[in-house]
Amino acid sequence: MLSIKNLHASVEDKAILKGLDLEVKAGEVHAIMGPNGSGKSTLGNVLAGRDAYEVTEGEVLLDGIDLLELSPEDRAREGVFLAFQYPVEIPGVSNINFLKTALNEIRAYKGLPPVEAREFLNKVKEKQQLVEFDAKLANRSLNEGFSGGEKKRNEILQLAMLEPKLAILDETDSGLDIDALRIVARGVNQLRTENNAFVVITHYQRLLEYIVPDFVHVLYNGRIVRSGTKELALELEEKGYDWIKETVGA
Amino acid sequence: MLDEVATGTMITQTSDSLYTQLVKTAGERLSSGTSGSLGEIRKQALERFKATGFPTVKNEDWKYTNVQPLVNRAYALEAEELSGGAAWEKARIPELDAHRVVLVNGQYSSELSSVEAIAGLQVMPIEQAFERLCFAKYFTAFADKTDNPFVALNTASFTSGLFIEVGKNTQLQKPIHVIHVAASASPLFSQPRNLYVMGAFAEAEIIESFVTDDAAERSLSSHVTEIMVRENAKLQHYYLQVAGEQSSYINHTEVHQEKHSLYNNYNCSFPGAAFVRNNINVRLGDSEVESHLYGIALTADNQLVDNHTIVDHMKPHCESYEWYKNITQDTSTAVFNGKIFVRLDAQKTNAFQQNNNMLIGEKSAVYTKPQLEIFADDVKCSHGCTIGQFDNEALFYLRSRGISEAQARVLLIHAFAFDVTSRFANDTVRQYVEHLVEEGLQ
Repeated sequence: MLSIKNLHASVEDKAILKGLDLEVKAGEVHAIMGPNGSGKSTLGNVLAGRDAYEVTEGEVLLDGIDLLELSPEDRAREGVFLAFQYPVEIPGVSNINFLKTALNEIRAYKGLPPVEAREFLNKVKEKQQLVEFDAKLANRSLNEGFSGGEKKRNEILQLAMLEPKLAILDETDSGLDIDALRIVARGVNQLRTENNAFVVITHYQRLLEYIVPDFVHVLYNGRIVRSGTKELALELEEKGYDWIKETVGA
Repeated sequence: MLDEVATGTMITQTSDSLYTQLVKTAGERLSSGTSGSLGEIRKQALERFKATGFPTVKNEDWKYTNVQPLVNRAYALEAEELSGGAAWEKARIPELDAHRVVLVNGQYSSELSSVEAIAGLQVMPIEQAFERLCFAKYFTAFADKTDNPFVALNTASFTSGLFIEVGKNTQLQKPIHVIHVAASASPLFSQPRNLYVMGAFAEAEIIESFVTDDAAERSLSSHVTEIMVRENAKLQHYYLQVAGEQSSYINHTEVHQEKHSLYNNYNCSFPGAAFVRNNINVRLGDSEVESHLYGIALTADNQLVDNHTIVDHMKPHCESYEWYKNITQDTSTAVFNGKIFVRLDAQKTNAFQQNNNMLIGEKSAVYTKPQLEIFADDVKCSHGCTIGQFDNEALFYLRSRGISEAQARVLLIHAFAFDVTSRFANDTVRQYVEHLVEEGLQ
């Protein structure tokens, strides 16, 4: 589904990603781990199309489509979803109106008619239950006044509503207590199908106890330096990132 | 080559003096025709105007709004009618059921107007209202106390305009939609004069739209509107500025409120008219008065929109609430000057003012100045002002969910304008304005 080859990207002329390769197939969950500054969040932002990140080399294909040629909105419409590490508060834009606009623009891109009002509200209700997110969304502004946990749950709610092919979770576990973490993970697990895929970016192994990955990759200095199964995450947890730095450096 | 340019400029200057033209015409008219107290008022006004002339940028009230290039051009004082006259339809507000009053180049058009006969409601050209009791009582009673030279000039030389009287205890079911059409085949300087009187316990809604006929030449309109809101009366008053680029406006609105009255002004400007100056002065002339001033200016191209407001608390226990939002695109300029007076007598005043600005065009400009002059000692007054730009983080967040950049901008602008648009008393007008906001964004 996702094929990244020799990806180089920089921010303000500083090279961050230096030849990253990654293959993700439908139905798979990949974890990307790595020390601070290794390029984890850059990967998520480059895939979603954030302006400040410049791709200098390499290619990213989603089911054969060149993602790097597309605007952020078209990437989303093609099925890319980035769950933000720091979701933005937007006062004055209602949660419900935002979800509806997003859903309908994605539907329009696929040649589908706008969603019926009742059908939409039922879907929101159903998905809210899925992520155990009972906040009253109707009259509240997007993420405004939400706690850290509520913001992350709202990200997963959006994920559930928009049903992307490829979801990238950027340190979704950061700032979450263990209960919130479990709820978010359960939501993600229920959304897993054989047709979609997840890339879970995390610093800690903790999240991977709840979202069990098929593959674990270690990102260091802008490249994937080691790949393995979920046992690699445990080994990392035990030995620490210094172990990676030493072995790669050597 | 240089010589030609110089000669050209010379000719323009000599043939051009609007000032001379106006003073001469008004002087002749006043010495020949009008007699009695009205004539006297107008003669005095002409003298006041002659003493000051048109303001320059040296005058603090006109610092960012230079009228000199406008008044130094050539204009006719009489309109050259365009055929057709369907331009008023540009002001149509979808689903609005209203009495319609159309003024073409400041002249009341009975053909295009459609006002149902209602007991207690008087709508007529102002030139037919001179004999009315409340005209004598309120005409020039307040506006001419200000030092705005355009008011003095208008008083001295207006020839047309609109008179509305909503009688005591009359509550209008439908709004009155006043449509000002600029439609002259040659450059025109016009000075409509309006007087609206709300009798005791009267309630009404007046919606004013400004539009331009596509075939119109450039024009400068200097409107003066005096509004009397008597005891316990309520007036909802909308200004919807949707005129074309060739039209420029200098509008002065003077409101005087009596005890227990309510006056709400919603002042909206959209891309189009090259030059718009609004003076909106509200005098809270007795106790227990409430006034709300809301404004939204969405500007584009090289437009200038300047809103100068005065909220004058003269008596105790009154409340005023003012919120203006400016969104500037391209190389446009928005000016907001909000003055609040709290006079010595006006104890227990509650006055609020807020101005938020969003600069979208990198070369656009905003000048904003809150001014509070407080002479009473037991009052609650607050004011605030912000200047910002598009939040790129918010834009990216919305786009990353599949929302187009254009739609994301619309969402963010609606969110920015929401504090103002959500206060509109009339839902139909609110929807219309939200639509104009969407249309006005590039």
